[in-house]
Amino acid sequence: MPDARAVQPQFPTLERQNDADHFGMLLFLSTEVLIFGGVFAVAFTLRAEHADYAQASKQMHYWIGGINTGVLLTSSALVALMVEAVRAGRAKLAGWLLGGTIALGLVFLALKFTEYALEYRDGVVPILSDANLHGGVERLFMDLYFVATGLHALHVTVGLCLLGSLLWPFGRARRERTAVFAGNAALYWHLVDIVWVFLYPTLYLAR
Amino acid sequence: MSPSQVNPRMSQEAVPDTPEERRSYLAEGHSLRSWLLTTDHKRIAILFMVAITFFFFCGGVAAALIRLDLLTPAPDLMSNDGYNRAFSLHGIIMVWFFLIPSIPTTFGNFLLPLMIGAKDLAFPRLNLASWYIFVLGGLFTLITVVAGGVDTGWTFYTPFSSTYSNGAVFLAITAVFISGFSSILTGINFIVTVHKLRCPGMTWGRLPLFVWSIYTTAIIFVLATPVLTITLVLVALERVFGLGIFDPALGGDPILFQHLFWFYSHPAVYIMVLPAMGVVSELITNAAHKQIFGYWFVAGSAIAIGVIGFMVWGHHMFVSGQSPYASAIFSFLSIVVAVPSAIKVYNWTATLHKGEIVIDGPLLYALGFIGLFTIGGLTGVMLAMIAADVHLTDTYFVVAHFHFIMVGGSVSAYFGALHFWWPKITGRLYNDMWARLAALLIFFGFVMTFAPQFVMGYEGMPRRYHVYPQVFQPLMVMSSVGSSVLAVAYVLPFFYLFWSLRYGKPAGPNPWGATGLEWTTPSPPPKDNFETVPVVDKEAYCYPEQGRAGEPQTQQAESVDA
Repeated sequence: MPDARAVQPQFPTLERQNDADHFGMLLFLSTEVLIFGGVFAVAFTLRAEHADYAQASKQMHYWIGGINTGVLLTSSALVALMVEAVRAGRAKLAGWLLGGTIALGLVFLALKFTEYALEYRDGVVPILSDANLHGGVERLFMDLYFVATGLHALHVTVGLCLLGSLLWPFGRARRERTAVFAGNAALYWHLVDIVWVFLYPTLYLAR
Repeated sequence: MSPSQVNPRMSQEAVPDTPEERRSYLAEGHSLRSWLLTTDHKRIAILFMVAITFFFFCGGVAAALIRLDLLTPAPDLMSNDGYNRAFSLHGIIMVWFFLIPSIPTTFGNFLLPLMIGAKDLAFPRLNLASWYIFVLGGLFTLITVVAGGVDTGWTFYTPFSSTYSNGAVFLAITAVFISGFSSILTGINFIVTVHKLRCPGMTWGRLPLFVWSIYTTAIIFVLATPVLTITLVLVALERVFGLGIFDPALGGDPILFQHLFWFYSHPAVYIMVLPAMGVVSELITNAAHKQIFGYWFVAGSAIAIGVIGFMVWGHHMFVSGQSPYASAIFSFLSIVVAVPSAIKVYNWTATLHKGEIVIDGPLLYALGFIGLFTIGGLTGVMLAMIAADVHLTDTYFVVAHFHFIMVGGSVSAYFGALHFWWPKITGRLYNDMWARLAALLIFFGFVMTFAPQFVMGYEGMPRRYHVYPQVFQPLMVMSSVGSSVLAVAYVLPFFYLFWSLRYGKPAGPNPWGATGLEWTTPSPPPKDNFETVPVVDKEAYCYPEQGRAGEPQTQQAESVDA
């Protein structure tokens, strides 16, 4: 199947253009890593400064977080297979894998917001419902918890939009054997995944 | 090359458009739409130039208010609050809306593809988006002014910014937050362009030094700006929702804010000065008309500054209460970062040695940079010493130090670049006598403005106060008078440069006999930059052995058509 992507005039070859698109995406992801790096720096510093900082994490629904880790890792595996399917020219299979990825991403968000709702019920949400937040340090932890997971959920949403655009309006991109757009969207999804892989132990497991 | 070409006088009558000008990127449509929807890197460079010039004057007005108020020890022009807002606005606008974007987004944008023999940047639409994001950020800055301004200083230190300040902090933070994405996108675009779009024969070892410094700057854009982004988000969340991150009342850590802020903002200083160093490398080699002394040392020192620059942020916090061991290491690294800067200064000087120097406007600007940057850099080493810094923190000494680097150095280089590449951008030569006059005025006006501040700072005058002891008045008046000389020197080029658009002599492709690929194409360049893809077979600054007597040559291979 001929490649539908046109070479833009500034590139000598299509191959070079594809390389550039891929490289640009990696650079962009490095900025995302640094954005979350700031969040982790705050988490580790405050933890080092307050002995009982992680106390509040004992009230967390760590099993929801655990299931969500599995959900997100599975979706990441699916999206990696999707890229391989696109490269192999199997657009239909790629469509199914993409659908699976998006469905799991939505499951992640649904579980995450269920968890927020449970925390609201438990009275551990700062400002909105803080009946059971004991002392400043617990509050401090929950503040950062909502900032970190909220920022992550925002990135999940952006990732879903990006993957969704492969269904429509860029469904064509799924039939391009070079998988530039599909590959870049998948890379973004991997970032969302890997950030969670570090957030989960930082916020839930390390007590 | 005849001397008259280096130092042209204006003609008496308007010079009609040349055939080159009628085929150039400037002739590709004259409508507003053709500019606002362009993806041509040269036009986007000009869009950026218009935007940052506007902000330069906004920041300049704030500076004028400050200097006017400081003429007397009494608070007679502005209220205390008004003064705080004036210097905050001056800092925010000058740092984020002029200095950081200044050389990269204008000359970087215009020259990077030309210097490496490319038709455009790798992502032209992203480049235009970067401009729109920048303008949106600028718009928020203007809204901040209308909403009453902000009184935190440009550093937004917590908990003042997040809890106590009564200014429009959220709006100001939003403005800086938005402009950060413009920096990030420009950085990504430049890095990818240098990696993927060099023309045949343009190896890394043949890149002009301006490209090396823009490349390093782009890396800092990409690796430092996101940290500022998240820090500002956290401050905004703390201010708007009262979350505890940096607020000590809630168990947060205000020093943590300073660490995160300076992790961006110290490398940001190198964002401002590295491109200026790149410009000076071009200007000095051309003025001396010979190969740069120690190409790899100059290129490598740019990279070294970029790398070490990430590890010195703690020198802003010697008196903030960070660990003394951390302070000792930051002090050492801050002294180390002066080494690559010194290498550059020595290499420029060695390049001038035994060169066939023609003293023209661009050279005077470059020499001004070297002089002012050296003073700024050496006082920086003084401030890196913990013992001296404890005494000098938050005094006028610090103010003078960073103005020497950022305004004396970088703005001189910006004007130097404007003069050196003006014939390439517009196709016209300006009157060099005026350029030399403006360059000298900038240098002396600048020294008159900021040298007294070193003295005042050393004697203990703290920054950000507009009421001061009578004893400082003579120095304050000297500084204010100097700043008005500086203002004239900054405005002057607008007259003779715009004059040259109509009355200037057509420049021809290579008025300076320079060697870069940008000089092989007509001035102003056509939309696609080059008629055929250039092929490079020489290193940068391959000035002829015979000096100015020799046939001018460029990096372009001679037998490209064969």
